[in-house]
Formats: sequence, C-alpha cells, structure tokens
Amino acid sequence: MRLTQGTFSFLPDLDDSEISAQVQYCLDHGWPVSIEHTDDPHPRNVYWEMWGTPMFDLRDPAGVLAELAACRKTFPGRYIKIIGYDRAYHRQTTALSFLVQRPSHEPGFRLERQESDDRRVRYTLHSYASEKPHGSRYGESNGSAPRG
Amino acid sequence: MTSEATVIAPPDERVDVGAEYRAAGLSDILEELDRELVGLTPVKTRIREIASLLLIARLRERAGKTTDQPTLHMSFTGHPGTGKTTVARRMAAILHRLGYVRKGHLVTAGRDDLVGQYVGHTAPKTREVLKRAMGGVLFIDEAYYLYRADSERDYGSEAIETMLQVMENQRDDLVVIFAGYGEQMDAFFQANPGLRSRVAHHIEFPNFTVDELMSIAALMVRQQQYELDDEARAALHDYLTLRIAQPYFANARSVRNAIDRAKLRHASRLVANPAPIPARELSRIDAADIRASRVFRDPTAE
Repeated sequence: MRLTQGTFSFLPDLDDSEISAQVQYCLDHGWPVSIEHTDDPHPRNVYWEMWGTPMFDLRDPAGVLAELAACRKTFPGRYIKIIGYDRAYHRQTTALSFLVQRPSHEPGFRLERQESDDRRVRYTLHSYASEKPHGSRYGESNGSAPRG
Repeated sequence: MTSEATVIAPPDERVDVGAEYRAAGLSDILEELDRELVGLTPVKTRIREIASLLLIARLRERAGKTTDQPTLHMSFTGHPGTGKTTVARRMAAILHRLGYVRKGHLVTAGRDDLVGQYVGHTAPKTREVLKRAMGGVLFIDEAYYLYRADSERDYGSEAIETMLQVMENQRDDLVVIFAGYGEQMDAFFQANPGLRSRVAHHIEFPNFTVDELMSIAALMVRQQQYELDDEARAALHDYLTLRIAQPYFANARSVRNAIDRAKLRHASRLVANPAPIPARELSRIDAADIRASRVFRDPTAE
C-alpha cells in the first residue's frame, strides 16, 4: 500500500529537481527546512526522528539536498520527509511537509474494530510494519541512531 | 578574445563574443571595479581573466563543446587593509552575474564559526556554514588560524577536511575563498597540501602606494560627504608618507582610521568655537585637523 501523507500526497513521488524547487520555495519564504525520518509511518505518529537540526539561514537548496542524500544513504529503507516551518506570528507551524523517500515494500495497515460497552465499535489502524521491532522493519538491518 | 572565439566556434557559425560580454553585464561590473577599487592591478587582471574564462566556457557550452566546470576556489593573500574582503564581496557579485553561482551572496566565516569545541562538534558546525554558503561564496578570513601545527588535538584540521570534501564534491554549489596575510598563508598551505592543490587561484594583493592611498582617501571622503581642501590634501599626503613607514600600517584601513580621527578633530574644533559658521564648514576638513595627528609630533612613535 502506497503511503500518502503531507503536501503533494496526491502526486507521484517528486524527483530531486522537483524537491529542490520545493525547498527553494520554502527558503524564499524564509522557512527553515528540516529533514525527518521514521520506520513507523502511522498517520498519528507525529514524532519522526530528526536528521540533524533544522537548517536556518540557507539561500540555496543544494545544502538541503546534500543532507537528504546523506540521510538516504544511512536509512535506505525508511520514510523520509522534508518539512518547512513557518515561524511567522499567527502561524507558527509546519507550512509544508512532503515525503521524499519511501521503502521499496510498504505492507500497509489494517483496520481494527474493538467492541466496547453498549456494542459501540472503536476503530483503529494497525501498521503491519510495526509488528517488527524498531530498526528491523522494511527489511532494514540497521537501526543506528542518527548522527548528531 | 575574438580570435579565440573563431577557433572554438563551428566553422560555419560566428559567435559574437563582444555582444555576449555586454549581455552578461560584465563591462558594468568590471568598470565599477576599476572605478571604486584603486590600484590592485594584478587582482583586477585576474578577475578579468576569470570573467573571460567563464564567459567563454558558457559560449563553448552553447556551441556544444564539452567544458568542465572550472574550479574557482581562491586564496587571497596580502597585508592588512589591501582590500581582500572588498574584492571577495565583488567576486560574489561577478560570479553570480556570470551564472557560476546561483545566488551570489557572501558568507564570511572565521575559525570560531567552523571549528567546534569538543569531539564530534566540528564537522556538523563546518557543514552548517558550508550549507549556508551554498549558491554563493564562502569567505574564510584569517584562514591560517584554522590549522595549528603545534597542537595535535586541535579540531581545525577536521574542519579543513570537511571543507575539502564539499569543495571537491559540490564544486558547482559554492566557491570558497581563503584569505589571510602572506607568510602565514604560505605556511598554512604548506601544512595542507591537499588544500593547496584544490585552490586554483592564488591572488596576491599588493600594498598601496601613497598616491593610491590618496585616491582611496579622496573616495572615502567623498562617500562620507566631507571634503578636503588643497592644504588638507597636502597634509594628508605628508601624513601617509610618514605613516607608511611606521609599524602596524594597515593600508586602506589606516586611511579610514586617519579620516575618522580627522573628522573627530574637525567636530571638536567646530564645537570649541560656537560661532555661526557657513554650512559648508560642516563638511570641510582642513589641514590643521590632519596635522594634529601624533604621527607628525613623533614620527617614530607607535
């Protein structure tokens, strides 16, 4: 199942020149760009791991792309996303975030129904990938900590 | 340049190098360089050469010839106040105009910005500065401080290594300029042979002559909307002749300091005699303002 989340989720995966153009858009707006990765892509998992610190004061996307290449090399089997954060007063939130890498095999999710009191049904999503321990999902062998 | 162009163009096609030169706005930049930077002939020659090289590289590319992106990392050596930073700033604009760098901004970094304080701190710190400079020019002032031969545990060499990697692999993304005083820079490059070979252009900034310093002074005074009368100009000429022989002479920077001090004395002279004066006196520096300098009182002092 192809995971879709964030901005451009309805589009095919962006290639590097398209990623670069989007990063340039962020930089033109003065949004610092950061890279995050995870092997637990549950839609409610907002705590992805950070690849280094957010990148401030950049003028050109080349720096972000270089970091992205390093992240891809270290975690070839993880989801990676790029985030532009708008710090402007009254917004102060993620302005744009999009996936830039996905594992080759994505097992997807199943819907779980739980019968609770008064025959009410609670629904929840179960990620097949999360059945395996952290670091060994998506056929990945390494689960090493990100570099500082 | 025309003969070069005819050699590289396909035989049946003609390339108008002059038109391309004008279209790139190069003449404006180079003229501005001539107008606003006094002296520095070897520097200007080299900039002209680099500009021509890049222009021809672009034309070659358009004519379908393969051209390697030339390496443009540079080192600026020269005594204090010879215009290294000023030229670096211009360089960023020139390279941007030529399409060699995408953004054309200048990021200035010193040892503190590049070298970390503990193990594992240096590489990310250096990389951060490099990332900020991408698309523009990274200017490393007093670059020889990066490497300390006397300390093995110094993290400076790690910073140099990190930089080398990026300078080599992302040559299209940024230009690095190392600047510093002559002898120290020589020692620095000797200790880092890998660096020396990756820096293609070593540009030497000569000291200014008294006449050049006078033109610089005239330029500075005009920019600050002051004026020197003839006597003041003669006084300044005498001042510079004496000052140049003294230790710690810092070329254009010393001129700027001399003018700043003259402005100071000019101001206190006006305040000391609070009588109504013509408005143009507010901007006229006279000989006495300059002759009051301690350089005249004791030429051997300082």
